[in-house]
Amino acid sequence: MDFSLTDAQRALQQDLRAFAAREVAPTAAARDEDERFDPTIFRAIGAAGFAGLPFPGQYGGAGGDAVSSALATEELSRVCAATGIMLSTHVSLVAWPVFRFGTDEQKRAFLAPLASGEKLGAYGLSEPDSGGDDAGIQTTAVRRGDDYLLQGAKVFSINGGEADIYVVYAATDPTQRSRGMTAFILEKGMPGLRFGKTERKMGVRSAVAAELVFEDCVVPAANRLGAEGEGLKIALAALDGGRTGIAALAVGIAQGALEEALAHARGRTHFNRPLLDFQTTQFKLADMQTEIEAARLLTRRAAWLEARAAPYTRASAMAKVMASDVAMRVTTEAVQILGGYGYMRDRPVERMMRDAKITQIYGGTNEVQRMVIARHVLAE
Amino acid sequence: MDLALTAEQEAMRRTVRDFARDVIAPRARETDERDEFPRDVIRRMGDLGILGLPVPEEWGGVGADYLSYILAIEEVSYQSAAIGVILAVHTGVATLPIVMFGTDDQKRRYVERLATGEWIGAFALTEPDAGSDARAIRTRAVRDGDGYVLNGSKAFITNGGVADVYTVFAVTHPERGAHGVTAFLVEQGTPGFAVGRREEKMGLHGSPTAALEFADVRLAPAQRLGAEGEGFKIAMSQLDGGRIGIAAQALGIARAAFDAAVAYTKTRRQFGRAIADFQATRLTLAQMATDIEAAQLLTYRAAGMRSRGQPCTAEASMAKLFASDTAMRVTTDAVQLFGGYGYTREYPVERLMRDAKVTQIYEGTNQIQRIVIAKSLERGGLP
Repeated sequence: MDFSLTDAQRALQQDLRAFAAREVAPTAAARDEDERFDPTIFRAIGAAGFAGLPFPGQYGGAGGDAVSSALATEELSRVCAATGIMLSTHVSLVAWPVFRFGTDEQKRAFLAPLASGEKLGAYGLSEPDSGGDDAGIQTTAVRRGDDYLLQGAKVFSINGGEADIYVVYAATDPTQRSRGMTAFILEKGMPGLRFGKTERKMGVRSAVAAELVFEDCVVPAANRLGAEGEGLKIALAALDGGRTGIAALAVGIAQGALEEALAHARGRTHFNRPLLDFQTTQFKLADMQTEIEAARLLTRRAAWLEARAAPYTRASAMAKVMASDVAMRVTTEAVQILGGYGYMRDRPVERMMRDAKITQIYGGTNEVQRMVIARHVLAE
Repeated sequence: MDLALTAEQEAMRRTVRDFARDVIAPRARETDERDEFPRDVIRRMGDLGILGLPVPEEWGGVGADYLSYILAIEEVSYQSAAIGVILAVHTGVATLPIVMFGTDDQKRRYVERLATGEWIGAFALTEPDAGSDARAIRTRAVRDGDGYVLNGSKAFITNGGVADVYTVFAVTHPERGAHGVTAFLVEQGTPGFAVGRREEKMGLHGSPTAALEFADVRLAPAQRLGAEGEGFKIAMSQLDGGRIGIAAQALGIARAAFDAAVAYTKTRRQFGRAIADFQATRLTLAQMATDIEAAQLLTYRAAGMRSRGQPCTAEASMAKLFASDTAMRVTTDAVQLFGGYGYTREYPVERLMRDAKVTQIYEGTNQIQRIVIAKSLERGGLP
């Protein structure tokens, strides 16, 4: 039982930390303030070799695994959750399903540019009336010769509008509900693919969440990912890994907030003593640290199981629930420790608190995750 | 990074789990109700080697690694938290310091007997006015010729009254503060040594907790463990390990409450359906399971580090803090899921809730653990 990182993983973590400090942190506050997605950040991630960490070299990846991926998301999110969510979506929900379920041709055409960072990925699953309930899907895909015609709309598509490649789910057999769902790979510029409203969000403001609209969108049959009716299976598999990514994102946010709180507690004097000398502060920091470690270990364990191709649905759900709840508590406490300063936008903790909230919601709300966990434990 | 148990660890866990199910489980309720030290069960644990797991084979032990021993505490505590703490105190804090600091003569006399369960061990540091603040101990040992004369009293001593040998900490050099404390091995029956009041506790019935009184107890030089002034070093050597042990105990308690809750909610029917079918029940069960797994990972991580001889002070404190708080929440939630039945002594969850409470208190209160963790943060111990 050894949780310590290998030398290679530790080196990767150091590289990521240095990269995040140099390329991501300096503009994090301004990008948030301006609600501005900055494509140069993704380009820098690609140039550094972080856009396809878990994929084999033959497809432009770095030959790592799910643990490398979790390390990347954690380190980037430590300074900027919007960057973490952008990368984690790109890797887990777009590149990964192509890697896992795509044909060789699709891997060459789509995975390679995604993994090398040449192209950014987005995905479309949620709809206005179908969030946690994938069976309520309204978007349809009708076969016509060598193409499919897509009709409908997706909401909350992370990276939507900015991305070049989209993994989208549509009903090919609406009578079958979720069993009739099929996955497709779309490209920006395809006729009939349009981007609707870009959401105005509480947090992760420099990441985009946009509406995807399909109006007689023509998708070649060669772009179908997996067989007809395999969409739900693909979506669920991708979301399992995506949850580990969200957990890593939440751990990163919480770690960043703890470090800010600790630095403030060291420097700030009250009643002629550093804030850190008060037990009230010490206890808050100790609880934050302990909970972050608990969340981090669950996250690493889920990633480790995935890397060994062991079942990890239950593990990633637990990691996601714990880490996101911890991120919410820890960021809220960090704002409290910073007091009035914590509430002000020239310190990062108010942003972290806003960013943390989404981790309890997306990728399957924590309520849905608890139902998943309960189903597993009641079946054991 | 390797999060799997080794084949040996798995095999050892299975052995202890089977033993606990077959031998401890049938006695758990009675041990609680009568508050009697289950000497026969302890003897059988000794026969099987469970009391000497981390003790080297040359001194009568099994020579297993620290994590194996921690897994044993968890499995034993799953059936009986009282027997879990008897094991943790006997093996962890009473036996291991003699392995580390004892002379060969002391190891022959004590470790060989303790490792097999022929003798029971206890650890006596706490005093009525010296709990978390161990430096405030007042028990004195004064040089007398070659030997020492011991005077004072100890409080809340686990295995007190049933142990055959006690590791007793006393001040030999008051002017040297923390460096003036020395450890002694005091055998039951030594003239002047008496076991005082046995505490009546909320939980952990069957694990005796007693006061010890020392009135002009004469000790031979061979009764001193380690050098003069090494007492705190000896006590501290088991601090991290002791905390991991209590984390494992808490984990065992929490798992027992969770499994009982799962079984009960599947069969208990209200409004025409099993209560496990209600979302409110499922939310609670899911949270319990998640917290338990996190506590388990924290505990195993710390135990693995200790097995490899890595420093793990903050990790041990985090495991103890998180696992004991989890045990308290999980057992309380389990009683709630059982409803009125949970409050009766017909079902084990009320005992588990009573047993859980002490894990937040002993081996360093959770307040002390938070201070330890905060200190490590202060020193920059961030990952």
